[in-house]
This record gives sequence, C-alpha cells and structure tokens, in this order.
Amino acid sequence: MIETRHLTKIFHDKKRGEIRAVDDVSFTCRPGQIYGLLGANGAGKTTTLRLLATLLRPTRGGATVAGFDTVAESERVRASVGFLATSTALYGRLTARETIAYFGRLNGLSAAAVAERIARLADELDLHEFLDRRVEKYSTGMKQKTSIARTLVHDPAVLIFDEPTIGLDVMTARNIVRFVRDCRTRGKTVIYSTHIMSEVEKLCDIVGIIHRGRLVAEGTLDELRARYGQPDMEEIFVRAVGGEGEEAA
Amino acid sequence: MNWHNLLTVYLKELRDSLRDRRTLISMIVVPTLMIPGIMLTVLVVSTKVVNKAREEIPTVMVLGGDDSPVLRAALAANPKLHLVRTTTDWKQRISDKQLRAAVEIPAGFDAALDRGTPVEVKIYNYEGELRSGFAAGELRNFFNNYREKTVTARLVGRGLPAALVKPFEVKTQNVAPPEKVGGNLVGGMIPYLFILLCFTGAMYPAMDLTAGEKERGTMETILCSPVARIDLVLGKFLMVLTASLGTVVFSLTSMILSFVIGGSLFASSGAGVAVKKAAANMETIPMLDPVGVLTVLAMVLPVAVLFCAVLLAVSLYAKSIKEASSYVSPMIIVIIIPAMMGLLPGVELNARLALVPILNIALVSKELVSGVFHWNYLALIFGSTCLYAALALGLCVRMFNREEVMFRT
Repeated sequence: MIETRHLTKIFHDKKRGEIRAVDDVSFTCRPGQIYGLLGANGAGKTTTLRLLATLLRPTRGGATVAGFDTVAESERVRASVGFLATSTALYGRLTARETIAYFGRLNGLSAAAVAERIARLADELDLHEFLDRRVEKYSTGMKQKTSIARTLVHDPAVLIFDEPTIGLDVMTARNIVRFVRDCRTRGKTVIYSTHIMSEVEKLCDIVGIIHRGRLVAEGTLDELRARYGQPDMEEIFVRAVGGEGEEAA
Repeated sequence: MNWHNLLTVYLKELRDSLRDRRTLISMIVVPTLMIPGIMLTVLVVSTKVVNKAREEIPTVMVLGGDDSPVLRAALAANPKLHLVRTTTDWKQRISDKQLRAAVEIPAGFDAALDRGTPVEVKIYNYEGELRSGFAAGELRNFFNNYREKTVTARLVGRGLPAALVKPFEVKTQNVAPPEKVGGNLVGGMIPYLFILLCFTGAMYPAMDLTAGEKERGTMETILCSPVARIDLVLGKFLMVLTASLGTVVFSLTSMILSFVIGGSLFASSGAGVAVKKAAANMETIPMLDPVGVLTVLAMVLPVAVLFCAVLLAVSLYAKSIKEASSYVSPMIIVIIIPAMMGLLPGVELNARLALVPILNIALVSKELVSGVFHWNYLALIFGSTCLYAALALGLCVRMFNREEVMFRT
C-alpha cells in the first residue's frame, strides 16, 4: 500500500527561484491495484516517485510505503520497493546473474535464496541464454528483462515504475506492460508514471493527473470519462490540465 | 554500519573495476611497465649521452700564440684536444656548436714564462653546453698541468725541492653513514613519488565510481536499494583506496625488479661501466634505511585515505566524468607544490609545518630514509593527517546524503 499526505517538494534554483515540483499531493494506492500517474514532461511525476522511493526527502507532508514512513524508515521502505525507470541503468561490466545476485545480497537474501531467485526469474523472464554474458553486450530487450529481474529479486510488495517504456521498441514495451499487469495479478501495489495515454487505458485501475506539481484530477477511467464527458483519455487529460494553451505553457 | 552490505559493495566495485580496461591501465599497466620503463630509458639515454660527450675529443681553436711555439707544440701534442685552424668567426662557431671552445694565448707567452712575468690565458666556451663544458675543462686541466710542470722545472733549476710550493695536501672525507648520504640525495624524492602515485592511482576509480555512475544511470539504481548511504560510500571508498595503494605497491615492486634485473643488464653495457667508475670515485655508496622506507609507506597511508576521500567527494559533485576530470586534474598541482617544497634545501621540519598536509610527509620522509626518527613529529604528522582524512571521509558521506549533489541537474 502507498499513501501520500500533502506531499510537497520544493527545490531552490538560483535562476528560477523557488520551484514547487510536487505541491500538496495526496493519494492512496492499494495492493492489487495499478495507480497511473499521468502528466506531461516536467509535471512532477518523477519527483513524486523519487519521494516514494526515498531518493528525495519531502519538504512538507509525507508518505508511507508498505506501512513504513519514507523519511523515518527509509531503508525499510527501499527493502519493500522495486523501482524501475529508464534512468535506473545496469552495470555494463557485470553479467545479469551477478547483477541480480548483487541486489539480492543488498536486500539481505542468503546465497541459497539468491541462487533460487535467480533460477526462478531466469525461467519466468527467459534469461537463460544471456544470464552469464556481460550486460554491455545486451540488446535493449535483454537489458530491460535484466532490469525487471533486478527489480523483483527481493519479491517487493510495492513496485514503482517511472516511464519504463520510454525509448523502447514496440515488442520490448509490450513485454513491460505485460509484466506490470502480472504484478497486479500477484497482488502487488503498483504505481506507474507515464505520459502515454494508451498505456494508461491498458493498465491503470486509478489515474491521477498531475500538472505543475499538483494532482488536478483523480479517479477510475470510467469516473474520469463521466466527469469530463469525454471517452478519449487524451481529451480528458487536456481538459484536466486546463486546455491546450495551459499545457503548452 | 552494516559490514555485510559494505563488503558486498566493495567486492562488486572491485570486480567491476578489475574488468575496466581504464582502471587496469591506471592501476597496473602504467605503474608496472611505463614508469620503470621511462625511468630506465632516461637513465640509459642520459648516461650514454654524457659518456659520448666525455669520449669525444673536443675541437679547440687556438687564438694567437704564434710567437710561442713551445706552448703551441705542447697543445698540439695533447691527445685529448683536437686543434683546428684559426678563423675569425670562432665566436659564432662556438655558438653554433661547430667548435667546442677557444683559447687565447697572449703575445710573447713563451718569453714571458722564461722571464717569470705573469700572463693571462683566456678560455672561451658556451656556458651550460655539456660538450663545450668538457672542452673548457680539458683546457683547464692542460694549463694547470703546464703551470705545475713550469713551477717544478724552475724549482729544480734552482736546486729546490718540488714540494716547496705544495707544503700540504687537502683531502675531504665523508663521515655520515651511507643511509644518511642516500637519504639526503634521494630522500625527498621517495615521498614525492609515493604521494604522486597514491593520487594518480585513485583519480580514475574515484571519478568512475561517482560521476561515472551518475552519467551511466547506475547511481539511481543503487540508491533505490536498501543499502545505507554510509555503507555505499565506504564500500566505494575502500575500492578507491585499494586502487591507490595498489598503484604504489605495483610501482614499488616493478621499480625494485627493474633496477635489479635492469641493473644487471645495464652493468654489462658501456653505460654501466661508466656508472661503476663514477661509483668507485665516491667514498661512500649511498643507501636508504629500509625501516625508514617502510615507515614512509606507513605515513603515506593516511595521505592515501585523505586523497581518496577528497577525490570521491569532488567527483561526486560532478555530473559526468568529463566534468569530474576538470575539477580533479588541477588538484595534481595542489599536491605537487607542497611535495616539491619538501625537496627545497633549507626547509626544515618544525611543529607548525608538521600540521601542513603533504609537506609534512615530504619533510619527515627525508629524515626517515636517512634513519632518523623524530617520534614527536611522526606522531603529530600521523595524527593530524588521520584527522584530515577522517574529516574528508565525513565530508564524502555528507555529500552522498545531499540530494542536491546526488540529483544535480
């Protein structure tokens, strides 16, 4: 379960002054649900997810992830979370097996447990062919599969995905989407940030639209369609953020 | 602190670095092959150049002295000088290195010598030019001998003993033990070399493990894991320290081996014979105190810790390896200046200088390799350097906890 309460993050920039990257955001995501965080580039999605993953500390408000406070119990939060983003790369000089084992050990798994998890993940994600080759030689698809295995090695209760399909080809992106769905089936709490409307429609149980750091709309797809009188997600998004002129600004 | 996580991070960084060609080059290839190779090449080439210059019979021009056939004949009979025909452009020819030196003999030299009137002979050379210097030296030797022969002939002619003008001999003898002589000669160079190797060995791994990870996107991946920042910093720090000390150990081993193996090969060559001759002329063969050298190594350890922590902190601030190298490269000057100040004559260790990092090690090391142990200064230097190293490591941990550093855009 993820719960944010008036989550706020303010950055101070010498040129631009105070920047409210996340402004008073509150939402809840339950186990077995995919919460879609929809927003344009720079809307505050990544900052929100980094706050949940304890990479950043909130300026105000707070959040609990898997029952742990993100500030007071940050290490326990990270032990309960699997974080996958395009910005979370892999070590090129390690093999997939070494990478998965490294993160398994840092998550407190014993050597036997690590070996067992690697065998299971290699079966599930079809990693056997390249498991002992260095990551730097992988195709994008192989890297993405290894990243997923790295995210799942400690079997986390919560999964955070930050625009995981950006820059990927269609087949690799489809694999990611399938994997996110599997997580829901397994009862995981999933938060998924994107600006791709079709992914939201395919995946998300609840959608939160974030704009200029604020959560401007939230609900199930049906609720949002009813509220804005539009069947199309793109139209709903444009209306929620205040029109095309506003979005362009 | 979680030792299991710290060790896991360290072992991963070690494996990762040992697979990195650039780390291997800076840690193993450069210190083991290149540095001794360059040093041996310089030694062999410089010895050969000096020997060749020494073996050359210098071309010398005699100016004047047409009315002094005795002197001219003596000069012409000297097999160590090659006299050339007198020309008016002798100054230009010396400057152009076509002529090594010229000697001006005043008019009526032979006659003046017979009368006992003092005269002046002038030697012209190209100051600072090796071969011209040897030629001038050879001319000075010739005229000194000629003067002595003249004086001896006059004394004998008057029935006086030759020892009349040389009532006593002066001889200088070294009383300092060989390790002190060696320490004085190369003592300052030893810590200078260690300090420089420590720093250069740590440079690339420090940048790769921080700015490099940010650039490649792996920093965010590891920060998402439950490993505490302090374990992450210390794991990375230990790897950088391993690279730094590894560079020193590889360099030392390689230098010792190359001097032992290369020395025996060198000894049989012509250049080696010249070095042996030079060594035979010295009354004391310089040595270094082995315990002192080991103590210098121990003193350099906290300096290595200081370097690694500072390099990690500075590199962490950068967003890319390119940016990190622009911060780190000028630091070499900051390291070299105090290390070089220790080599200057007259700069002596005192309580105040014992607190100046790097300079203190350079100064105390000169004494250590000579076998002199100032325990109070050693304690002060070791303690203060440990304190600086701890502060730098603390700064490094603090930097890892600052999100504006970790996610600087």
